[in-house]
Amino acid sequence: MPDLLDLTAGQAGKAIESKEISPQEYLHAWQEAASKDDLNAYLWTETTSNEQRATSNEIPASPLRGIPIAVKDLFCTEGTPTTAGSRILESYRPPYTATAVRKLIEAGTPVLGKTNMDEFAMGSSNENSAFGPVLNPWDRERVPGGSSGGSAAAVAGGLAPWAIGTDTGGSIRQPASLCGIVGMKPTYGAVSRYGMIAFASSLDQCGPLTRDVSDAALLLATLQGRDPCDSTSVGIDGGIKLPDREGLKGLRFAVPSGLAMDGVEAGVKSTFAATLKTIEELGGEVGEAALPHADHGISAYYVIAPAEASANLARYDGVRYGLRVPADELLGMYEGTRAAGFGAEVKRRIMLGTYALSSGYYEAYYGQALKVRTKIAEDFAKAFAEFDFVVTPTSPSVAFKLGEKTDDPLAMYLNDYFTVPMPLAGIPAISIPAGLAEPDGGGPQLPVGFQIAGPAFSENAILDAAFALEQAIGFDARPQGVG
Amino acid sequence: MAEYEAVIGLEIHVHLQTRTKMFCGCELSFGDEPNVHTCPVCLAHPGVLPVPNEKAIRYALMIAAALGCEVAPRSIFHRKNYFYPDNPKAYQISQYDIPLATGGRLGEVRIHRVHLEEDAAKMIHVGESGRIHGSGASLVDFNRAGTPLVEIVTEPDLRSASEVRAWAQLMQTTVRQLGVSDVQMEEGSLRVDGNVSLRPAGREELGIKTELKNMNSFKFLERGIEAEIERQRVLLEAGEAVTQETLHFDPGSGSLTPLRSKEYEHDYRYFPEPDLVPLAPTKEMIREAQEALPELPSEKAERYREKLGLPAGVATLLASDIETGDYFDRALEAGDGADPTVVANWVTGELAGALRQSGEEMGPAESKVQPESLAKLIGMVGSKQVSHGGAKQVLAVLIAEGGDPAEIVEREGLGQIADSSELEGVVEAAIEAEPEAAEQVREGNQKAIGRIVGAVMKETKGRADGGEVQRLIHDKLGV
Amino acid sequence: MIDRDQVLHVARLARLALTEDEVETMARELSGILEHVDRISELDLDQVEPTDHVVDLENVLRPDEPRPSWPREQILDPAPDPADGAFRVPSPQAEA
Ligand SMILES: [Mg+2]
Ligand SMILES: [Zn+2]
Repeated sequence: MPDLLDLTAGQAGKAIESKEISPQEYLHAWQEAASKDDLNAYLWTETTSNEQRATSNEIPASPLRGIPIAVKDLFCTEGTPTTAGSRILESYRPPYTATAVRKLIEAGTPVLGKTNMDEFAMGSSNENSAFGPVLNPWDRERVPGGSSGGSAAAVAGGLAPWAIGTDTGGSIRQPASLCGIVGMKPTYGAVSRYGMIAFASSLDQCGPLTRDVSDAALLLATLQGRDPCDSTSVGIDGGIKLPDREGLKGLRFAVPSGLAMDGVEAGVKSTFAATLKTIEELGGEVGEAALPHADHGISAYYVIAPAEASANLARYDGVRYGLRVPADELLGMYEGTRAAGFGAEVKRRIMLGTYALSSGYYEAYYGQALKVRTKIAEDFAKAFAEFDFVVTPTSPSVAFKLGEKTDDPLAMYLNDYFTVPMPLAGIPAISIPAGLAEPDGGGPQLPVGFQIAGPAFSENAILDAAFALEQAIGFDARPQGVG
Repeated sequence: MAEYEAVIGLEIHVHLQTRTKMFCGCELSFGDEPNVHTCPVCLAHPGVLPVPNEKAIRYALMIAAALGCEVAPRSIFHRKNYFYPDNPKAYQISQYDIPLATGGRLGEVRIHRVHLEEDAAKMIHVGESGRIHGSGASLVDFNRAGTPLVEIVTEPDLRSASEVRAWAQLMQTTVRQLGVSDVQMEEGSLRVDGNVSLRPAGREELGIKTELKNMNSFKFLERGIEAEIERQRVLLEAGEAVTQETLHFDPGSGSLTPLRSKEYEHDYRYFPEPDLVPLAPTKEMIREAQEALPELPSEKAERYREKLGLPAGVATLLASDIETGDYFDRALEAGDGADPTVVANWVTGELAGALRQSGEEMGPAESKVQPESLAKLIGMVGSKQVSHGGAKQVLAVLIAEGGDPAEIVEREGLGQIADSSELEGVVEAAIEAEPEAAEQVREGNQKAIGRIVGAVMKETKGRADGGEVQRLIHDKLGV
Repeated sequence: MIDRDQVLHVARLARLALTEDEVETMARELSGILEHVDRISELDLDQVEPTDHVVDLENVLRPDEPRPSWPREQILDPAPDPADGAFRVPSPQAEA
């Protein structure tokens, strides 16, 4: 009997079903581990009510039964803290539970805790949390990525068997890459957004952060589905099946020719090149596809996302819930409350989005960005006419040092260079660990992620290819003192 | 000095009478305890999403059909951004560049657009002053927040306050007949705002317009518009400019106050609502809306003119007042073969007039006079069983206690004097009583005959047939 | 390229009080970002349809069936200033 915490969620689920281990001892082991959080990955950990859930017999046989999960603090959980990493919601207790979380609970998956994140999911380093940065388990001087940094660090750092996060411009894939785990952003509409605190409504998607590709499939299988509470949700036709593909024969992988590689670290480039070689060894074809507009992804994204955010975050006004800074007239109450409740990055994006929508600028910024979005989607459609997948490094760099980019918002935004085009086109993408590399200028060996994107609703194909590649890469490195 | 012409367009908001709100399952209500019809969605809690109410869309399509609008094959919702405590999301979900429907007309007024949106919450100002200005606090009640609204915008086709009132009432009747709203101005389920500008008569281009709000009854609507036209006329005649602004009508003083406060400088930053997918009414939805339409005032008026040959005035009158219109239809049906114009005149003339005189504020429909009874009475006049004068007396009795006209005629002895020997006696007596009049008639002065007829009618308490009386007078006097 | 006054105007629209320092940094940082973003204004996309939605769905509607509203105590519980069963706010100020 191996150490319980070494099992993948899938293996543990089988062990529980076959009664090799009890859900209680498994849950306790993880509660024990979570309580030792020294990464600031958790904002809050659940206790008692989970034990009843995990041990209750009402829960139907399910491969997820008894496997606790870490949930990004962007998901509403009834009666328990849900802050979105913000002071403005510090004392907020939602009156309802997000659809995604409810589905997990119904499948017998107790919530282990709520994870730290960049405030309102705005960030790529987790340094924008009102409750302090999350540390990268591979090197505590470095960031775990963001905005789902707490979820990624918890899984990589042995504090949770698996986690869910949200991805708007890369917020699942980039931290997964920087923490050496698997992260997937499903097709827009695959998973309900109901109860997931909105950042940019036309881009946000919920997805899994897991140790391996099979766990990602297992989790997505439960998360996906049409939700009557979310008009934009459709689910995935036929559902998600566990990946079992061997080799990549007959699959064509495109490296985008439109994307600039100059900003990419040497170690990341070489790992990416090595992975392309592995694909060919597995019988896959590697070619080039032009994505001429993907290069403008960052520009379009940093207009569209802040614009939508400026409206989505306008409800935090001190009237009905959350923080209020009292004042004797309305305007003062509004401006004081929002000034005190929001952090610097959130204010910056609200300003950017408000400006982009304000009269006289709409066409030049928002209108133009929506057209770029069309072109990016067309570029992908053309590429997918010839290829099964588009592949890129997930992040231009390995995990960078805390504070390294905090004074330069634009430099920080450029982290999302490879991850923003997919949400703009609404298509799914996965990041899997492809190896370890040194940062430019030297340093410890740190994880490098490899991104595979496919057409809308091609999750099963992506998971299959990622699974085959994962087996061949055999990435089994762990951070110091984990596993 | 130049004569000025007022140019008025209206912005009408209609509460739809669905069971639930526009984007959540909370029930609609009026006058309940504050905040008992709310949920995380209509309170804009973090993470919630709107889902549109199908019935609201069908109702809006009916309104569009009733106004003869063109339904957009694909319309989308936008976010209209502004901060105010009655606006929980700090954006109102509305429609912007592609509304549900455009074009159309009602009566003489062209419709510009019809779109769907959601209502705001209610704010009660509890500061020292009840008005929006001044310090103090306000209480927010979200029961109304999210109520489905249809906004109807007209072209500036109205020219006077009285026209505005009449047309707004036609709009109310029309929407009420669709059964999609109770359109009560007093309760706020019908809100009419006016855009008013003046221009020198005969000039094409429009002057600077002001927007009038808070006219919460037809009377106030007329007064408010009147007051604003006058205010602008005075300004222009003094050579001053009208400033574009929003004015708040105060029912108490009948005065108009500008709403100028920091909260009112707006840049709405409209953009497509990403939480909602486009609205593309199917052929079926549009056909169903068409088929659901009852006979509308305009069509009814046309039917009265074309099919029944009623004069335009009476036709419009009967068509725009549902109850009286139905009363007329029933009376006409009961008195089969009756002349529609005669029946219409009895309903809108004799009966309505008599009711007015009786001092009671009621229309024929609410009166004790059954349409069948009225039809019977009209029939009796036609067949000379009762004279016109007698019928008026029967009508007074009917109004007072209802009943069957035949019985009343019997009881009150109001039957028309049928045998002319009896009448001849009365006529001879009358001629003797009025010698000069008789003389003048002989000399050809027809007017003078009135005095003799009057005397006869007095004697017979109006039971005599006027025509018959004249004939008798003539041959007695040999003219 | 975005100056102090614009920053103040936008901050007012967004109901954000900014300190003097914040105004300066905001002007600098937003200008930097907008400079990068402005590259898209050079693209000729006049003939291109904007994408405001990536899912191709239409008429996703809800039947007009009531669902129970929430207990008033529960929805007023997180209210910063509940009063008389309502949410109390300071009144809008008069024109300064
Ligand atoms: Mg409106
Ligand atoms: Zn509600």
